[in-house]
Amino acid sequence: MATVTPTRMVLNQMKGRLTTAQRGHKLLKDKRDELMRQFLDVVRRNKELRLKVEAGLTEAFAALSVAGSVMSPEMLEQSLLYPRQSVELGVEFNNVMSVNVPVYDFKTKSAESGDIFPYGLAQTSGELDDAMGAISGVFEDMLELAQVEKTMQLLASEIEKTRRRVNALEYVMIPEYQANIKYITAKLQENENSTKVRLIKVKEMVLEKAHDFKYAD
Amino acid sequence: MHKIGVMGRRETVIGFKALGLDVFPTSDITEARHTLRRIAKPEENYAIIYVEENLAKELWSDISRYKDAPTPAIILIPGRDGSLGLGQSALQEAVERAVGSNIL
Repeated sequence: MATVTPTRMVLNQMKGRLTTAQRGHKLLKDKRDELMRQFLDVVRRNKELRLKVEAGLTEAFAALSVAGSVMSPEMLEQSLLYPRQSVELGVEFNNVMSVNVPVYDFKTKSAESGDIFPYGLAQTSGELDDAMGAISGVFEDMLELAQVEKTMQLLASEIEKTRRRVNALEYVMIPEYQANIKYITAKLQENENSTKVRLIKVKEMVLEKAHDFKYAD
Repeated sequence: MHKIGVMGRRETVIGFKALGLDVFPTSDITEARHTLRRIAKPEENYAIIYVEENLAKELWSDISRYKDAPTPAIILIPGRDGSLGLGQSALQEAVERAVGSNIL
């Protein structure tokens, strides 16, 4: 424990700090609980999406493999090389319990939404169309997965920080202040007692000297 | 406006090219690491980077660096050979970090 000077001023200071620490502890604890609640929701959603995306992508890759086996690989690559649509992603930040989590807003630039095939239909196989359909279908989920997963990571790190602060307050700062307050109070009481005793003693001596007075035993 | 990048082996990322995403085909770890570091910089303006799992398991330390930054979001996707379970383990890692133990 750091040494504290046992004076009334320090005592008042310590009392003030203790109140602040206790209030902060309560607030942070509430923050942690709320973050945790939101975090668990996000985790659940993330788990769902992850399974969905993994299943969807496996399917899409399988379809792409089929397309690759029907067409020559050069042809396949050529067909996909020049995308007709381009993607614009707007990112905004949403404040969840003072954590800035991203919200993605996704726009494609192509005129029609069905316009996902960047190639002519004449020289490509139907399997490639299926594969492209599968990929663009799963892509929406992939975007949401990105949003949810980032949110999860950011919340996790915030929860970790908040938890540490709560614990530091609860197990280090608050007990330390309480111990200091106890120590100062005891010390002040002790000083007061000794002053009182000294005064009584002095009074006794003065009286004895002046009048030969003696208290009856 | 922000961009979306996809990193992985050629045959994995080619499908995303057609969607209009920026793809970075590579199977070389050193090259992948350089690419990731380059495109993860804020001035490159990538908000999401999808990384194939086989690459991600070698780039783990690099990916972890961006976990606490609001952008970019680095998201693992399974490769051609199916899921390696790394995406799931990232989820568990986050839970363990927040809760202190794995409750899933």
